Amino acid sequence: MIWQLDILILFIVVLCALAAITVKDLLSSAILLGAYSFLMCLLWTEMGAVDVAFTEAAVGAGISTAFFFGAIFVTTRRTKD
Amino acid sequence: MINRFEDVIIQTICRLLVPPIQLFALYVIAHGHYSPGGGFQGGCILAASFILLVIAYDLKEASKRMSEKINIMYCCIGVIIYSGIGLLCVILGSNYLDYGILNSIIPVEPAAARSLGILGVEIGVGIAVMAVMVSIFINIASGGEHGESEELE
Repeated sequence: MIWQLDILILFIVVLCALAAITVKDLLSSAILLGAYSFLMCLLWTEMGAVDVAFTEAAVGAGISTAFFFGAIFVTTRRTKD
Repeated sequence: MINRFEDVIIQTICRLLVPPIQLFALYVIAHGHYSPGGGFQGGCILAASFILLVIAYDLKEASKRMSEKINIMYCCIGVIIYSGIGLLCVILGSNYLDYGILNSIIPVEPAAARSLGILGVEIGVGIAVMAVMVSIFINIASGGEHGESEELE
């Protein structure tokens, strides 16, 4: 466990989460959420929880991003608010 | 949603990528009981390979390979494998999903019977998760009209 790497990844995770809820374009929001999931996966691997990291990579960054894309393509791409 | 979009590069790359992804998913399922991974993750990766096919081609082309009826059948088969192994342990006179008792019908040690029982359960979970994930994606992507349009044609 390297604490410098921990701090760096944690900083980017917070940045990605803030960007995902502020951006107006829903497609970029979904991509940012995928990046957030992948960085969480890195964080968990770095902390030694490999099984949780595997689940996060398969479900968070893989499947749920595809679900968000499917939902965006049948609704609207821009938020109203 | 997903209309036919002809692009030789995307279609060829996706078609070449699908078998390695499925092989990796089977590896994750098969090694799930003693290393990171398991039925849920492997099933998600299997579903991702199918979703890649839907995105690269379209819904109709993907339905030719796995129609919605077969998909629902896979979902039920997965749940039956899982609960069947669990109930087999109850029938043989132990607790639900207590695989140690399985050595009375398989000629192996109790520890190996436990390992094999967990492997069977992981396979069941993998099949069920794959079918449900593909079903959710197809229903979201087609706006819930996939099965109905199939019946009209």
